[in-house]
Amino acid sequence: MSSASLKTRRTSFVEFFAERAIRASGFVAIAFVVLIFLFLLLEGLPAITEVSISNLLSTRWYPTESHFGLLPLILGSVLVTLGAAIIAVPTGVLAAIFVAEVAPRWLREILKPMIEVVAGIPSVVLGFIGMIALSPLVRVAFNAPTGLTAFTGALILAYMALPTIISVAEDALDAVPRSYRDAALALGATRWQTIWMVTVKAARSGILTAIMLGIGRAIGETMAVMMVTGNAARMPLSLDSLFMPARTMTATIAAEMGEVAQGSTHFHVLFMIGIVLFVITFIVNFVASIAIFRQTRRSARLLS
Amino acid sequence: MLMNRTPKIVIENLSLRYSDGTESLNGISLTIYAHEIMALFGPAGGGKSTLLRVLNRLNDLVEVKKMTGRVLLDGQDIYAPDVNVIELRRRMGIVFAQPLPLPLSIRANIEYGPRLAGIRDSSQLSHIVESSLRAAAMWDEVKDRLDESGFAISGGQQQRLCLARVLALEPEVILMDEPMSGLDPLSTAKIEDSMQQLKQQYTIVIVPHSIQQAARIADHAAFFLQGKLIEEGPGKQLFTNPHDKRTEDYVTGRFG
Amino acid sequence: MSRFLTQRLGFTFLAIVAILVVLPIILVVGAIVIQGLPAINVEFLTTAPRDGMRAGGIWPAIVGTFWLTVGTAIFSVPFGVAIAIYLSEYARDNNFTRMIRLAIINLSGIPSVVYGLFGLGLFVLALRFGSSILAGALTLSIMTLPVIISTSEEALHSVPQSFRTVSVSLGGTKWQTIYKIVLPQALPGILTGVILGLERAAGETAPILFTAAAFFLPELPGSIFDKTMALPYHLFVISTQVPNMPIKIQFGTALVLLVFVLTMNLLAAVIRSYYRRKRQW
Repeated sequence: MSSASLKTRRTSFVEFFAERAIRASGFVAIAFVVLIFLFLLLEGLPAITEVSISNLLSTRWYPTESHFGLLPLILGSVLVTLGAAIIAVPTGVLAAIFVAEVAPRWLREILKPMIEVVAGIPSVVLGFIGMIALSPLVRVAFNAPTGLTAFTGALILAYMALPTIISVAEDALDAVPRSYRDAALALGATRWQTIWMVTVKAARSGILTAIMLGIGRAIGETMAVMMVTGNAARMPLSLDSLFMPARTMTATIAAEMGEVAQGSTHFHVLFMIGIVLFVITFIVNFVASIAIFRQTRRSARLLS
Repeated sequence: MLMNRTPKIVIENLSLRYSDGTESLNGISLTIYAHEIMALFGPAGGGKSTLLRVLNRLNDLVEVKKMTGRVLLDGQDIYAPDVNVIELRRRMGIVFAQPLPLPLSIRANIEYGPRLAGIRDSSQLSHIVESSLRAAAMWDEVKDRLDESGFAISGGQQQRLCLARVLALEPEVILMDEPMSGLDPLSTAKIEDSMQQLKQQYTIVIVPHSIQQAARIADHAAFFLQGKLIEEGPGKQLFTNPHDKRTEDYVTGRFG
Repeated sequence: MSRFLTQRLGFTFLAIVAILVVLPIILVVGAIVIQGLPAINVEFLTTAPRDGMRAGGIWPAIVGTFWLTVGTAIFSVPFGVAIAIYLSEYARDNNFTRMIRLAIINLSGIPSVVYGLFGLGLFVLALRFGSSILAGALTLSIMTLPVIISTSEEALHSVPQSFRTVSVSLGGTKWQTIYKIVLPQALPGILTGVILGLERAAGETAPILFTAAAFFLPELPGSIFDKTMALPYHLFVISTQVPNMPIKIQFGTALVLLVFVLTMNLLAAVIRSYYRRKRQW
């Protein structure tokens, strides 16, 4: 018994293939991102040869007459997203602070699932409610000719970005070590002072990530925006543009792709818009992820 | 007994450093004989637990920066490239400092190793369950609750379950890493008693949780300090009349 | 004293903000339930739309959403869980792993309508699946992957490292340890993540606009290569594309979609809390 060799090797086929499959699946995630970008390029790049650059950079989007100016759409997205960010960032961060730092346990147990429910509401449902309930309110409140405005879109988008901002920011606040707070409290700071001078400061890179992810979500949102912004492709140059209809890049794709002939110039330009969206969200998420990495690295250093 | 001691494990000039720079071993050479209880003792961070994890290659799971030297089990280098690590671990069971039942029933905890080894026959399995639990002195306590969770019993019972689980592997060597550190005196006594039975059949390498325990159970002992083997010898001699000043200081409680 | 007054005012302000966040969701859900319930009856739930969708039911849309969700599960769950196992159990901290994580973060950020474009380009056109349940489900699957991966990875991470060490010390291989110990323990968490991912897929409209959704199709889909109606797209259609649409039907459709989605949400929450109470570590 004791002299038996240690060198008997036994390989199970199931194990062999399962491990190979799992290792290969790591590539799949990367492959999908590459594949998505490739297919956008494949269908979108022809637009550059079919439409002059000056046309693409013009201020008029009117595809039936071959006006493919992307500027109103890009600015429409910027306007609505910026509006949403201005509303959602302070609201989301403050709500996260309340949930993570102030609310008693029982209240947190109620608030957190409710915020999860907000994240789960389909965007068409919010768009639908935005159309029939929110837009009349906006029209009356601002005495505008229509309630389907960039502002209405910004409100709905802000609400859709909130769950992301709140939950990520709350995680960041939660991750701040208990001892930081205790130290500040022991030095005579009130909880309020501790929150702002210690906890929020320590969690700031995570909060930044939360904000970036929330904005990323807002830029990419499609259905609700299409339903409540009125979809007029116009340059939002004056101050009152916020209370006029606007049109985003996402809504343009969603509204027009169904009606264009496959392979037409219009078809290719819509994919071009997809490339723009892909690149923008890639950058936003990349920046957000750098903040995540930095945060984990720092906490890893603290713990080791 | 002293006449025909057979070397079971031979450690030759073993050095090791983890990638994060923590606890390491420095030029360890030690022979562990079959059917004896070898106690590795010394202050925390001295390399005792690391050495246990080297012996059954659990260290493969963590990042080791550099390892030199050889470890021979029955004359075979356990770090040779063609060694079957799984087989090695089956021959060298380990009991950890904390009671660590797997999230399975008591029965399934004990059957876990044998099943992995390919034993499917249910009468053979139930025989293994009974004999392992008997050897760990807990058959009578749990024979009617074998299908309860491994977490449903007391901490002392859990630790004996872990011992039984190792015995079910039918190993040649049992490694014990402060196995009684969290236990009450009664459970400790039970485990120490069964160890005296077990060494008839197995070779035991233990990191005891106190010098007193080391003195009670060890046939042979080795004193570790900061990654170095300071002194080794028969238990009686090492605990009553150590050669090295540092061993003496530690054994007499001047530091530690 | 005034420091504590500041604190009290500050906390009150934060509480008001938090209420402003949750109040709309109560109003929205409440309004949809109150306005939508009168529309719900057997005919609404079991027949196809009639009279230019201004009457009848939404059965084909319910069936379509069901099949799209099932299809999404079939494709996304194996891949998602496999990638999560890779990241949690196999991946080392190197550049390849970092690239995978970056890829997943970016998958989670790509706008849903861009997934629609991708699905159109790859599945509908290049692979010639046409606008179909298959193409729609594949598109939704890729969109759902990041959710499934990140929640599954978290579930795997929460299984104590000591279980792995013990299993290996008893002669288990890495795969046996994962298969027999880690996966069963992580299963409730993985299930929760899968349900939350599918919940999102079930409610999405933009990815299926050009890959699966039919404006009006009274017959039920006969195969995975058929187009299909779907609840979210149907709600979009009847609230924007059909003039003189009875508001009752709109709310009724919204209610059914909401129940579909919130039931999954609730199921996930129940599984999570049940197993959290049951588990012993």
